[in-house]
Amino acid sequence: MTVDGTSKTMLWTFRISTVVLCLWVLVPIYFLLTNTLSSPEEVVAFPKRVWPSFNLESISFFLTFSGVGAAMWNSVLVASVTMVLSIAAGAPAGYALSRFDFKGKSFYRVLILMTRAFPLPLLALPLAVLYIRIGLDDTILGLALLHTMLALPFAVLITFSLFSGIPVELEEAAWTLGCNRFQAFRKVILPLVLPGITASAIFAFVISWNEVFGAAVLTIENRTLPAFLLQGLDQAPLHLKFAGGAVLVIPALIFIFMVRKYLFAMWGIANR
Amino acid sequence: MYPRSLPYLLLLPSLALLAVLFLYPFVLVAWQAISDDGGQFTTAHFSEMLGHWKFGTAFTNTLLLTLAVVPIQIALALYMASLVTGMSRGRDAFLYIWTIPLGISDLAAGIIWLSIFEQTGFLNTFMVGLGFSEQPETFLGYQNKGTIFLAIALAEIWRATAIVLVILVAGMGLIPKEYKEAAEVFGASRWQQFTKVTLPLLKPSLQTAMILRVILAFEVFAVVAALGGTNMPILMGEVYNWQFVLRDANVAAAFALVILGISILCTLIIMWFLRTPKGATL
Amino acid sequence: MAEIKIKSVAKRFGKVEALKSIDLTIADQEFLVLLGASGCGKTTLLRIVAGLETASEGEIWIGDKRVDQLPPRDRGIAMVFQNYAVFPHLTVFENIAFGLRMAKVDQATIEKRVSKTAELMHIEALLKRYSGQLSGGQRQRVAVARALAMEPEVLLMDEPLSNLDALLRMEMRAELKSVLAESKTTTIYVTHDQVEAMSMADRIAIMNKGEIVQASDAVDIYRNPAHRFVGSFIGNPPMNFLPAKPRSEDTWSVAGVKLSGPNHNAAASASSVEFAIRPEDLIPVSEASEDAFTAQVRVIEPLGSHVLASCMVDDQLFRVVVDSDKSLQQGDTLYVKPMYDRMRWFDSSTERSL
Repeated sequence: MTVDGTSKTMLWTFRISTVVLCLWVLVPIYFLLTNTLSSPEEVVAFPKRVWPSFNLESISFFLTFSGVGAAMWNSVLVASVTMVLSIAAGAPAGYALSRFDFKGKSFYRVLILMTRAFPLPLLALPLAVLYIRIGLDDTILGLALLHTMLALPFAVLITFSLFSGIPVELEEAAWTLGCNRFQAFRKVILPLVLPGITASAIFAFVISWNEVFGAAVLTIENRTLPAFLLQGLDQAPLHLKFAGGAVLVIPALIFIFMVRKYLFAMWGIANR
Repeated sequence: MYPRSLPYLLLLPSLALLAVLFLYPFVLVAWQAISDDGGQFTTAHFSEMLGHWKFGTAFTNTLLLTLAVVPIQIALALYMASLVTGMSRGRDAFLYIWTIPLGISDLAAGIIWLSIFEQTGFLNTFMVGLGFSEQPETFLGYQNKGTIFLAIALAEIWRATAIVLVILVAGMGLIPKEYKEAAEVFGASRWQQFTKVTLPLLKPSLQTAMILRVILAFEVFAVVAALGGTNMPILMGEVYNWQFVLRDANVAAAFALVILGISILCTLIIMWFLRTPKGATL
Repeated sequence: MAEIKIKSVAKRFGKVEALKSIDLTIADQEFLVLLGASGCGKTTLLRIVAGLETASEGEIWIGDKRVDQLPPRDRGIAMVFQNYAVFPHLTVFENIAFGLRMAKVDQATIEKRVSKTAELMHIEALLKRYSGQLSGGQRQRVAVARALAMEPEVLLMDEPLSNLDALLRMEMRAELKSVLAESKTTTIYVTHDQVEAMSMADRIAIMNKGEIVQASDAVDIYRNPAHRFVGSFIGNPPMNFLPAKPRSEDTWSVAGVKLSGPNHNAAASASSVEFAIRPEDLIPVSEASEDAFTAQVRVIEPLGSHVLASCMVDDQLFRVVVDSDKSLQQGDTLYVKPMYDRMRWFDSSTERSL
C-alpha cells in the first residue's frame, strides 16, 4: 500500500487501461492513414501491410478525381458561412443570458436546450421543400442555414459561459471611466473573449464540415465532401474511400486540437 | 442602466433562426406526414410506412443498436473520466487523445472501421497472419448480419464515447473534491465514494449525456451506410431512401416523425429516471 | 464643488425593499463612510449614486446637476471596486490611462498624470506589468490610481480593502486616508468593517435594513447611538442591553438595581424601555450593593490589555471588560457599577434612543 491508499496492482491496472484506451482510439486512425498512404494496389492486396509505404498515388488520385475539388471547396464555403452565422446569432444571445435578468430568460434557455433533444438532421426534409419554394435549394447558403441550426445551441452555450467568466465589474469599471455600453464591450470584453469566440467558431466549422445527412438531402449539384463521399460509397473503389476519409478527418483533428481547452468549460456550464 | 428592450434585441437573431429553421420546419414535416397532395388529412403515408417490409427491421435494428451502444459508452466514459480525475501528470494529453473522435464525422468513422472489417482489411490480415483462420472472411457480406452489427456498434462506440467523456469530465470538474474526502473520512471505500457521492452528484451530467447519446443513436446514418450498405436497414437510412430512391417525401416524413417520436419519448423517460430533487443540486 | 444630495431614494427588487427612502447630503470634500452588515443596502446605494443601478424612486444630485437619469460616464465620478476590476488585458499604465484616453486627453498629459498618480500610490515600478503579475495589494493600488488619475469630483469606493489580509489592510487604510485628504474629492466609502469606518471617516452613515439609522462622526456614534441597532453593531464587544421597569418619576429598576434615567413622562409613549451600557463603562466593586449589578461569570477571554468576561445578569447575557490585573474565574460572582454619564436608554418598540 502506498501513502494514498492505492495498491501496486491498482496502479498497474490504471496504467494499463490508460494505455489500452489510447490504443483503442489511435490504432483505427492509424489504419486509415496507412491505407491512405499506400498505393491503390496495396490497399486491396492481401495480406495487408501494417505500415504505410508512403505511396502518394491513392491520395493524388482522390484529389484529382472529378468533383472532389469542388466538393472540398463547397465544404469550406458552407462551414465558413455556418461559422459566421452561428456566432453572429449565438454570441449576442450568450451575452444577453450572462448579463441580464429578463422575462422569458428561462424559457429561452429551455428552448435552446430543447433543440438538442430533437434529431436536427431531420430538419433537412421540410427545409428541402421550403428551399425549393424560396429558391434556396441546392445552395451553399441553404445548407449553411441548416448547419447553423445544428451549431447555434453550442454557440449560445459556449459564449454564455465565456461571458459569464468575465466579471461584470470590469464592464462597470469601464462605464465609470467614460465608456458607453458599446465602447466598454469593444475595449474591455471583446479582447478578453476573442480566443474563446474563435474556439466556438471553429467548433461550428467542424460541426458543418462533418455533417452528412442534411448535406446529402439538401444538395444535388453542389455536394459537400461528406455528401460526395456518401454518394460514392456503393461504387467507389476502396482506396478512394480511404483517401476521402482521411481528407475528412485530418482538418477536424487539427481543429479539435485548437479548441480542446474550451470543450470542458462549455459542457460544464451547459449542464446547470 | 439599460433599455428594457436590449436583451430581447440581442436574442432576436437567434430567435428568428430558431423560428424559421427549427419550429416551422417541424410543423411542416408533421404536416407532410399526415396530409395528401390536396391538403386533406390522411393516414395513408403511415400505413404505407408500416406496411413496408423494411419498417420492422429498421425499427428493431435502430433500437437494438441504441441498446447495445449507449450503455457501453456511458460505462466506458465513466471509467475514462475517473481515470482522468485520478491522474496527476499527463491529464491533458490523455484527455486530448481520448477526445480525438469528437472531431470525426460518422461517415469518416464508418470508413475508418471499414479499413478494419473489409475483406482485405486489417482484421483479416491479423486473423490469417496469426493462424486463426485459413482465408479472409467476408465480415460485411449480407450473410454475416451479426458481424455487420458488431462492426457498426464498435464504430459507434469508438466514435461517440468522446462526447460522453467530455460531458462527464466537465460534470466531475464541478464536484468539489471535499465531498469525496468527507466520504473517505467517514469510512467509504473508493468504490463507495464513487457510487455514493460522485455518481449521484453527476446525475445532471449523466442526464445530458444520455439524452444526447440516445438521440444521436437514433440518428445513426453514415456509419451504417459505410459499413452495412443496404444489408442493415435503420430508420434514418429509410428516411433517406424514401426521399431519394423511392421519391416519396410523405412517407419519408412519416419515418421522420417516428424518429422524432421515439426521441422525445426517450428524452422524457431519461429525464424522469435521472431527475434530481429540487435543491439537491450542487 | 461637488456636494452629493441623495433625495428620498428607494429601491425595490421585485417585492423586496432594498432601500427605503434614503435622504443624505454629503458635503463637498467630505469623506463619508456607509457602514452596515452585508445585505443592508449600502452597496446598492453606492451603485445608485454611480449610475450602475437605477433607483425606483428619488433623486441624486452631484453639485448643481441632477444625475439620476445620466449614465455613469456623464456623472463625473470615479469608482474603486471590491474585486478591483483591473483590466487583465491591459498593462498597469494603460489601466490608469484608460479613463483619460476615453476622455481624449492628449498623450503628454496622460503620461504626466499616470506617472503622478502611480508615484502617489507607489506603483511606478509596475507600470509595464499586467494584472496577472500583481499581488492583491498591488492590484488594489492600481484600482485606486486609475480612479484618482481621473481627478474626479466624486470618488466612490466599494469595500476596497476587504480582499486584503489584516496587516496590509491597516497599512492601506492609513495610506488611503492621507492620499484622499490631499485630493479634494468628495468620497463615499462602503465598508462592513467598523474599525475601518471609524479610522477613516469624517462622518459615518450606519445602515440597517435599507435605512440610514444614524449619520454622525465616529465618537458620537460610539458614545451616543441614536438607535438600538447602532449600539448593538458598533463596538467590540457591543453594548449590553437590559429591560428597565419604572420605579418612580425618574428612577428605573434594571435587574434589581435602582438607576436614575429618563423622566417617565418623556418616556410615556414608550411601551417599554431598555437600559444600555458599554462593557468597558462598568466599574467592578468589591461587594454587593443596591446600585451594582450582580453578574455570574460564565466565560473569560483574556485579551492582553484587558479581560472580557461574559456574564449572566437576570438570565441575560451581560459583558464586562475588566483590567487584566484582576483575577477572575468561571463561576465567580462579579459586582459592577455602571458609570452614570455613560448610561443610555432606548424605547424598545421604536428602538430609538430616549
